[in-house]
Amino acid sequence: MSLLAQAVELTASDIKSNNAATGAGLAYGLAAIGPGLGIGYLVGQSVQAMARQPEMAGQVRTTMFIGVAFTEALALFGLVVAILLKFA
Amino acid sequence: MIYGLDFPGIGEVLVWPDFNNNVIGFNKIALSNLIAMVLTVGIFIIAGSKRKMVPAGIQNFVEASVDFVRVGVAEETMGKAGRKWVPFLCTMFFFIFFNNISGIIPVFQMPATARIALPLVLALTTYVAFNVAGIIKQGPLHYLGANLFPPGVPKVLYVLITPIELISTFLVRPFSLAVRLFANMLAGHLMLVTFAVLADALFNSSALALKPLSVLPFAMLVIMTGFEVLVSFLQAYIFTILTGVYIAGAVSDHH
Repeated sequence: MSLLAQAVELTASDIKSNNAATGAGLAYGLAAIGPGLGIGYLVGQSVQAMARQPEMAGQVRTTMFIGVAFTEALALFGLVVAILLKFA
Repeated sequence: MIYGLDFPGIGEVLVWPDFNNNVIGFNKIALSNLIAMVLTVGIFIIAGSKRKMVPAGIQNFVEASVDFVRVGVAEETMGKAGRKWVPFLCTMFFFIFFNNISGIIPVFQMPATARIALPLVLALTTYVAFNVAGIIKQGPLHYLGANLFPPGVPKVLYVLITPIELISTFLVRPFSLAVRLFANMLAGHLMLVTFAVLADALFNSSALALKPLSVLPFAMLVIMTGFEVLVSFLQAYIFTILTGVYIAGAVSDHH
């Protein structure tokens, strides 16, 4: 009974903010999957390259950071969407 | 008990009361921006005013940093032609770093780049810099042509490639540059807040058995503060090196 009573008391703005919170969580969680795989693969390959050719380590590290920055951007867009959903 | 521990609202974590009751709109973020500017200008003036053949103290530090930016950023991305961009990149690096590091300085405890305004302005600076550099080097028509119609692609594919290039080069680049810096610093700041709130709640909890547990989040807080130093440096470096990559892409003839 109390559950039913609560369901009736939910206003439209309550439902909207609940949905926004769920959406924000989903947005960041889903956006983190791809870049997580990508950065893992990228850094792993870079470590392999550095181990094979230590004299190229500096160049590989610079290129790795640039690649990580581009890959990471996708996850950060997800974070921005989450922030916008939650607070805007 | 802390089962229902309330995380402080976003207003408490991010918004700082303005000094002077909002009369002049000058808050803590603006103060850290100002301090970062004064520090950036100051260390170079101090280091340059008393130059010695054998560098010592602050001159040593500045020379090492300038060398790092010149070799590690400018020449790495643009080759020898990058030398004339060293002052720009160096200023940018130090300004971003000082703004980031205010996140772990006691009293400030808030990275000035964790508000979108500053990263946005810096990204727009980069945007103007690489576009103007490309237009001056190649001429406006050739610059746009090289960016929007990359040579060596079958003519039919331009239907697909030109809109993608337009969006990725002229819209997403400044946005992602700003968001990357902003989101990284904001995430670090929120992580520190989380552990600080948890440590505080455990230490002040009414249950005596929970008090010793506050050591764990506090240890994590110390570790994360050290990690934030690394992140501050890394984000300044990444912002600078991406600026270098964009300028290099704009001024190189073969796109």
